Amino acid sequence: MSVVSSYTPRRGRNVELVLLIGAVAIVLLAYVNVGLATSETIPPGTMALAGGYLAMAVGFHLVLRWRASYADPLMLPIITLLNGLGLVMIHRIDLANGTSISDGVALRQLMWTGVAVVIAAAVLVVLRDHRVLRRYTYLAGVVGFVLLLLPLMPVIGTSIYGARIWIRIGSMSFQPGEIAKIALAVFFAGYLVQTRDALSVAGRKVLGLTLPRARDLGPILIAWLASLAVLVFERDLGSSLLFFGLFVAMLYVATERVSWIAIGLTLFAAGAYVAYLIFGHVQTRVLLWLDTFSPEALQASDQLAKGLMGMAAGGMFGTGLGRGRPDLTYFAESDFIIPSFGEEIGLVGLFALLMLYVLLVQRGLRTSLGTRDGFGKLLAAGLSFSLALQCFVVVGGVTRVIPLTGLTMPFLSSGGSSLLANWTLVAILLRISDHARRPMPEVNLAHEVGQAHTEVVRMP
Amino acid sequence: MNAPVRRLSIVVAILFASLLVSTTLIQYVFAADLNARPDNRRTLLSTYARERGSILVGQTSVASSVPVDDQFKFQREYSNGELYAHVTGSYSFYGASGGLEQAENAYLSGSSDKLFYRRVSDLFTGRRPQGATLETTLDPAVQRAAVKAMTGIRGAAVALDPKTGAILAMVSQPTFDPNDLAGHDLTALDENYDKLNTDPQRPLVNRTINGDLYPPGSIFKVITAAAALSSGEYTEDSVLPGPAVLNLPGTTASLPNMFDGACGANDKVSFTRAMAISCNTAFAAVGMDIGADALRAQAEKFGFGDSLSVPMRVTPSTIPAELNMPQLAQSSIGQFDVRVTPLQMAMVAAGVANDGTVMKPYLVQSVIGSDLSVIDTTDPQELSQAVTPDVAAQLTRMMEAVVSDGSGTRAQIDGVAVAGKSGTAQHGEGRKPHAWFISFAPADDPQIAVAVIAEDGGVTGSEIGGGRVAAPIARQMMEARLK
Repeated sequence: MSVVSSYTPRRGRNVELVLLIGAVAIVLLAYVNVGLATSETIPPGTMALAGGYLAMAVGFHLVLRWRASYADPLMLPIITLLNGLGLVMIHRIDLANGTSISDGVALRQLMWTGVAVVIAAAVLVVLRDHRVLRRYTYLAGVVGFVLLLLPLMPVIGTSIYGARIWIRIGSMSFQPGEIAKIALAVFFAGYLVQTRDALSVAGRKVLGLTLPRARDLGPILIAWLASLAVLVFERDLGSSLLFFGLFVAMLYVATERVSWIAIGLTLFAAGAYVAYLIFGHVQTRVLLWLDTFSPEALQASDQLAKGLMGMAAGGMFGTGLGRGRPDLTYFAESDFIIPSFGEEIGLVGLFALLMLYVLLVQRGLRTSLGTRDGFGKLLAAGLSFSLALQCFVVVGGVTRVIPLTGLTMPFLSSGGSSLLANWTLVAILLRISDHARRPMPEVNLAHEVGQAHTEVVRMP
Repeated sequence: MNAPVRRLSIVVAILFASLLVSTTLIQYVFAADLNARPDNRRTLLSTYARERGSILVGQTSVASSVPVDDQFKFQREYSNGELYAHVTGSYSFYGASGGLEQAENAYLSGSSDKLFYRRVSDLFTGRRPQGATLETTLDPAVQRAAVKAMTGIRGAAVALDPKTGAILAMVSQPTFDPNDLAGHDLTALDENYDKLNTDPQRPLVNRTINGDLYPPGSIFKVITAAAALSSGEYTEDSVLPGPAVLNLPGTTASLPNMFDGACGANDKVSFTRAMAISCNTAFAAVGMDIGADALRAQAEKFGFGDSLSVPMRVTPSTIPAELNMPQLAQSSIGQFDVRVTPLQMAMVAAGVANDGTVMKPYLVQSVIGSDLSVIDTTDPQELSQAVTPDVAAQLTRMMEAVVSDGSGTRAQIDGVAVAGKSGTAQHGEGRKPHAWFISFAPADDPQIAVAVIAEDGGVTGSEIGGGRVAAPIARQMMEARLK
């Protein structure tokens, strides 16, 4: 009898396929639901659209079977569902705004979804091993910071509705911060894997916290200054919080030292407070956050107030898709897509949506735990945490947990750069998870151990 | 590095937990507050998008929602708008205003708790929710007769079914067209509203129940007589002092009749005759004899001081709490600070007509769901027993004398015994008095009780002002009912 049986990890590709079909079915039902609610007919071409969307998802699934057969089977169905529901909501808001399917935002979003899926699949095909990325640590760092600060450049940087987070080249506009998120996660992971020993060991102990040496503070100060620059000059509290939060979280994971979190939070709080004292636009944001319905706040902007009233109108169970008035809110299909969902699918539906994100982030963190190399571990944790933080910043912004910012909800909000970046982000996570779940190179323990006979020894 | 990743996942859990809390606060805990905000357009739009119930008079809809192709989806339309303006009120972008639209908004909009199960079934069947329909108690013939008779007259007219309290007519003049206040063009809406609201004739006020209260003048003598007869010290045949002028104790002031001279030979007059010719001096003497408390108690038994809703809120009629002798004398003939609504005086007539029992007035007969099922019907309710049947019978005979051979002959109807009382109420020096008439018919089997006031319609110094101007209006309303 062999005591060690050879264990084959479940790939889960078939589970993934079944879940994918389920996800597309939900999207299809939502789409038909909108059609019935708004015009009492099933929209023409429904099956073609559903088929196209299914083909896109299954195509990606096949790429996974081919190039990453051990990848986590939950991630693709989750983002397929989120992306599809986002499309349905954007289409629904198009209808409310009176734009047809051919010139609406939804078609552009669908097109971008296609591009994002293709690029993400290409990443999986080209990037055979995530550890390759480590070679480009500093390049990624430079690219990340440049992208982050690019909107500050004259000519190409554009300020839209007060936030300077866009670049415009010709007729194309792009939010480089979305891509910067991935580049910076790669940079932080590579850099911290190298320096974690120095950062985690050396230092003096003060009040129970082991403080780092002054010269090790350099990187966190640079990251802090960069995030403050984003806050102050791009007027974008969301991105600022996202990048600095990402950095501190990865620093903590790399070093296991709570002192980094304490230092990080202190720095951020101090920077944000000084910015509040100095800059009018930060003060306005804070006023809108703390006292949304005061006359002064409504004077400045009633978009948050309108979003809140939309969510309240939805209540527990929502008005039903197509039956609310999400179009009464500004940016209903982008920054305020969460209130749009809240209004039409209610608190219950919103909980379900948030749980999808929790599940996605949890699978990412699980990937991090299972990854054997430090770089992959850090990268997976960083990317997952950045997703979580972005959800928190967006949903927290529209529900008054934190001041409102201009970030997009991953996969749901309309926006090409956001879709592209988040599909790619998940592609990298899938690549790491394939590595994490793939069985160890075959070491046949049975040969070494051999057959051991068991004897029952009778004790006198 | 696994330990910090695990701790990081706890941070993620906390972040999302805070989002679950914040969304719950908005969509569940504070949702009602947010929905109730006056600047919340969604609430308004959703009530518009729901098909509002109709208001029926007889079998005819006088207020209904018709589908239109704009963002509000439905437009409120009032057929016979001016005829029923004060009954229906209006419903616009700004919400329900006045009348049944406002008072029964919960039923009409479909948000009433009594429609809860219907709403739940609508939710599951996917049927668009609809408001309930109100069936009013109005008799269109009486309403039309009143409006026609009051052409050019500012004032009010109310008719009741004395046996049930059902309101048969509710007319306030001048009126307005609620369609002007129901459009979807905001600018026009604002203009129309401003115009009506600043009109010195105040067409938006429903004078029958909540305009400024009126002095009742001589129609109040019915209450004084009721108190006197109820005291047991008087009958319809009692002989009263009826001089041309009554000296008021404790003052140098005196109280004259509205006509020249005494009410009868030797300054004496029978109670019935005093009522018929509306003898001020006799009623003032009776009032001072029975006392302020008895008079006030009698008035309250007829409904003075009660907060009624029909379902629109009715301003309570008032009689002063403290009255000295001269004030009591004046109050006994409906002067001084006694103030009434036309509905209250119709209730007095109806109470006498209904053997002394005052019924609670109401305007909504039944509430009908969108599936034509009856959700609610109004059962007639007794408000009070104002006088005994015997006293009521005596009062009826006295009031018949007013119409057959007194100040109210213009209320006579061929072949029908009519009981009534005229009144002419002074309300300020140099202004023409208000002309009043309350009545019911047929006297032996009352089908309708009426109160009519024509503002500034009397003739100064003449008691027959009410009889001349208001009685014919009352007559036409009664005829419309009895035909």
